[in-house]
Amino acid sequence: MASLLELKNVSKIYGDLHALDDVSLTVEKGEWVAIMGPSGSGKSTMMNIIGCMDKPSLGQVLLDGKDISKESQTSLTTIRRDKIGLIFQQFHLINYLNAVENVMVAQYYHSVPDEKEALAALERVGLKDRAKHLPSQLSGGEQQRVCIARALINNPEIILADEPTGNLDEANENIVLDIFRQLHKEGTSLVVVTHDPEVGEVAQRTIRLEHGKIISDEKNENFVE
Amino acid sequence: MIKNKKRLMFFKMISLSLLRRRSRMIVALLAIVVGATVLAGLVTIYYDVPRQMSESMRSYGANMIFTPDGTDSLTDEMIERALSYIPARDLDGYTPYRYENTTINKNPVTFAGVDFDGVKKTAPYWNVDGAYPTRDGEVLIGANVAKTFNLGVGDKTVAVSSIEITEDVDESLIPDYEIIEIDGVKSADHELPIKVVGIIQTGSSEEDYVYLSYSDVEYLTAKHRGYDLVEVSVNSTGGLESYTTSISNGVEGLRAKLIKHVAASESAVLTKLTSLIFIVTAVVLLLTMICVATTMTAVIAERRKEIGLRKALGASNLSVVGEFLGEGLLLGGVGGILGSVLGYVFAEIVSKNVFGGSITFLWWLIPVTIIASVAVTGIACLIPIRSAVDVDPALVLKGE
Repeated sequence: MASLLELKNVSKIYGDLHALDDVSLTVEKGEWVAIMGPSGSGKSTMMNIIGCMDKPSLGQVLLDGKDISKESQTSLTTIRRDKIGLIFQQFHLINYLNAVENVMVAQYYHSVPDEKEALAALERVGLKDRAKHLPSQLSGGEQQRVCIARALINNPEIILADEPTGNLDEANENIVLDIFRQLHKEGTSLVVVTHDPEVGEVAQRTIRLEHGKIISDEKNENFVE
Repeated sequence: MIKNKKRLMFFKMISLSLLRRRSRMIVALLAIVVGATVLAGLVTIYYDVPRQMSESMRSYGANMIFTPDGTDSLTDEMIERALSYIPARDLDGYTPYRYENTTINKNPVTFAGVDFDGVKKTAPYWNVDGAYPTRDGEVLIGANVAKTFNLGVGDKTVAVSSIEITEDVDESLIPDYEIIEIDGVKSADHELPIKVVGIIQTGSSEEDYVYLSYSDVEYLTAKHRGYDLVEVSVNSTGGLESYTTSISNGVEGLRAKLIKHVAASESAVLTKLTSLIFIVTAVVLLLTMICVATTMTAVIAERRKEIGLRKALGASNLSVVGEFLGEGLLLGGVGGILGSVLGYVFAEIVSKNVFGGSITFLWWLIPVTIIASVAVTGIACLIPIRSAVDVDPALVLKGE
């Protein structure tokens, strides 16, 4: 498999604090990676750097072979728009737009808003019949599925999910994980940050962070393709 | 096609943001509507009130006079030329006066030949007890004359003019009168029976005169001559001073002057009114701007996560600014439309209550009000929107 994402000796330093300390890791195309760790372990910093929302203090970040560690904010915005799909713990749907309009917002910034495509994305996460509902009319699980549909709509190189099941009950957690399994089968690369062991265990590979360093990087033996 | 779809989505986003979050935006909209209403209303008043003021001031009488300048009297031709300097729409009316000294019961009285239709326009403040003359031999007399000669409405008397028979006397007007010659000077007493049909009360010098038609004055004096004075009533929106200068310079033998107390009070009131309108409009627009800026600051603070999300989804700073500015401008446009209609209603109410007349609807004021509202809202949005640019997209990854 070819490398999609490569972190080479990446550090993020705030004064005396090393939020990330000489981290190196590689994510292959189509791989499903879970990043786990307690609060303050550097998960969010790593997410920000992989998600092109922050730059490392030291080291290199290669996305699809391109070094993005020295890119300007404008270039990082373009890379994020074109290559990355984001899924959030708090869903972050725009409250005055309905489900399909929320999906179309991502299209709007990427290329062209197309309602048919947006509806197809909602159908993919089982929400076509809820397309015209406002976020306030959707359950937490449904809102997270809209968030997933929005992340998928522009066919990104990589899906980056930050605690995607953190606000969901077990039933909805399973629905979201089933969608992730489906995406993985279709060849989508997934990087999921979580502190939930159940979510970490279903990934193909689990990376554990502590005090800004990778303390383990293991393939999940029980992973079901 | 692509641009259309993007444009459609842009309008959808900004309009839905306003429609579905109306409880928040209603304060800003109200501020804009109030600002636009005051702007449209006061501009309507500013344009219409000078006309109404001028009409109101016309009830105080003429505001300009023509007098002979180096000549004995003013001819019809001179008056016509002088009036040609005043646009027809600004000329409310004019009355030439011809004064002659004559007697009633051997007591001297000044008679003034006038056109009574003209007088009604140039001296509408005359309080006439009785009626205006409609035929020869009928006169209006001033209250002082009535008192002196103990005359009332309906009374008849005789006016006598002592005419010196000179070359300019039209002897055909005095065929039957006895001409007396003393020391080579020929003269004749010419009589005109008159009937009082009205008594004038003005509290001013008009009460000392007898007013009659030109033909009666001509008959009484047996002389054809011009006029001693012309009273002119001009709508002052056109600039009275410039008219008097042009007329005095352009018509030889005639001098145009303003009747200061009328013209000056018109001018003073209009100047004060204009200043007041400018000040009130400026203050209201400033308050509108402050209210919109405050609301937009609160809106942007509330929507920091949404801004972060949009940036995380790939929105450039320009897109974010465009969307918030678009919301502000749309709000300004809607406020401008409502304000231009309500402004007319406001001006109409003011006009009816203050001037007792209806106001003219200024169609061009609709786009002007909308553009002004959009501009004011746009300026008010600029500072708060700048803070949207500083929002970090990573904000959305940090949870609550």
